[in-house]
Amino acid sequence: MNYLMRRLATFPLVLLGVSILVFVAIRMVPGDSITAMLGTEAGLLTPAQRDSLAAYFGIDQPWFVQYWRWIGGILQGNFGVSVTYGRPVLDVILERFPLTLELALLSMVIALAVGMPAGIYAATHNEKRSDLGVRIVAMIGQSTPSFVLGLLIIYTLSAGFGVLPAMGEFAPLWQDPLRNLSQLILPAITLGFAFAASVTRISRSAMLDVLSDDYVRTARSKGASARSVIWRHALPNALIPVVTLSGIEFGYLLGGAVIVEQIYALPGLGRMVLDAILQRDYALVQGAVLFIAFNFMIVNLLVDLAYVALDPRIRLGES
Amino acid sequence: MRILRAIFGHGSGRIGGVIVGVYLVIAVLGLLGLTPHNPITQFRIDRLHAPNGAYWMGTDLFGRDVASRLMAGIGQSFTVAFFSVAFATLAGTVLGLAAAWLGRRWDGVVMRIMDVLLAFPAILLALLIVTVAGPGTWTSVVAIGIVYTPIFTRVVRGPALSLKAREFVDAARTFGSSSSYIVTRHLLLNLVAPLTVQVTLALAWALLTEAGLSFLGLGTQPPAASLGLMLSDSRNLMETAPWLMIFPGLTIMISILGFNLLGDALRDILDPRMRRVPA
Repeated sequence: MNYLMRRLATFPLVLLGVSILVFVAIRMVPGDSITAMLGTEAGLLTPAQRDSLAAYFGIDQPWFVQYWRWIGGILQGNFGVSVTYGRPVLDVILERFPLTLELALLSMVIALAVGMPAGIYAATHNEKRSDLGVRIVAMIGQSTPSFVLGLLIIYTLSAGFGVLPAMGEFAPLWQDPLRNLSQLILPAITLGFAFAASVTRISRSAMLDVLSDDYVRTARSKGASARSVIWRHALPNALIPVVTLSGIEFGYLLGGAVIVEQIYALPGLGRMVLDAILQRDYALVQGAVLFIAFNFMIVNLLVDLAYVALDPRIRLGES
Repeated sequence: MRILRAIFGHGSGRIGGVIVGVYLVIAVLGLLGLTPHNPITQFRIDRLHAPNGAYWMGTDLFGRDVASRLMAGIGQSFTVAFFSVAFATLAGTVLGLAAAWLGRRWDGVVMRIMDVLLAFPAILLALLIVTVAGPGTWTSVVAIGIVYTPIFTRVVRGPALSLKAREFVDAARTFGSSSSYIVTRHLLLNLVAPLTVQVTLALAWALLTEAGLSFLGLGTQPPAASLGLMLSDSRNLMETAPWLMIFPGLTIMISILGFNLLGDALRDILDPRMRRVPA
């Protein structure tokens, strides 16, 4: 409990740092958001019109006033108005977030469903040919960038089977689950492939470590069946590194998968941030980065708490 | 010499070493302009040629030789990867050593700043930096360097803290060695092994991030060749000219594979305490 409190206490500090960094960085991007928003039409604005637009979005004030207003607003749940969308920033983020969350979850499910059995299989067939096969595939998987795999999948589907991935308007899960799944399954495989490779490698090495432990040998000598040794005795302890890796990877995926979203034309968080940066949509970039950083920290904290659940010997916060 | 022998005595080290070696040679040739054709010359009459004797990997939409562009692109990607990892290693080592050695307030400040950087997804932080400074080779170097600095800081700080508490450091202090001597001689030298492993693996990530940035149009700018950009350009011509996608895709993949294999081997060889079961 003490540990949880101490960890939570660092959150505001790190988020403050993130907020300052993103606030300063986005303002250092050359050009201004009104020109970026209106394009060539910005040239038609009279100085008075330009001033009133700047005042509307609050970007006519000095930096520190803008920052102060922004932070003050956030504390009241107001993240500001997006210049590009003309809507509250939080609304825009929350509209994109379900897709990103679903994609991250699907990728993790694929990674665990493929990676863990493969890792356990390789560990129990250590140094055999099948183990070598799994290790080679996992190494190749870990070295395949998502954009290379994404393009290869699209190419194979279109050249080999004459089909294209389901694109077009994105269907949320609660409106059209089938269409939603058909749109997300390929991006999820694309992201899940390298993720599965990492899970395979880490579950294999964790399992091998545990299988050589004394208590596993004791279980074996007591006459426990091979199946029981693996599933009941070894696996729970081998899970800890797998949970760490999956948690961290999941935390990153919650920040949006810019490139995969770009390849499959998905309106996720990553592409939104990229567009917002390019459009100099200050409020949206700031809000989104803060949101992503917060999620990342929460996931990391949950991973730490999961250790304790998995291994009662671990006491967090004690050295 | 001994380390080379050890790498080539290690299964994955041998494969990784050969891959990285071949890529290094190609990168140097590409940077020196020793390519079969000029990578930006447009042979308009030979547009979108499939691989053949004259153009081993075919030509692109503008009639440029894909093989020459790949060589130049490898040179470009490796330049960015090496300099950005050098930046991250230097900055991370200095910060990590300072945090560990000075302790208390310094440690807190440095590590909180690193927490802030780590809370950003890598590619978004790089994107933000590149947009601020304008895309280009050296911007990519700085952006990727900053993104990976926190990792090096952590890799250095942890072991440095435990080394600091060891008897030989106390002994050195008793003999009157200066702080700078202890930090550089006793701490840094003992950190060479974990750093070498981290550098090799970071080179793989840096190549990946560079290709990602170029893929999004925020890395190397055309007409210069870059692997990510070539891959991105290939999307619209995927069905008519698949070689435009396959060659750059495989080139990126194999280069990352090479560094990953080498990194794994180095971890086994250099760090016997951390030696895990080979994965």
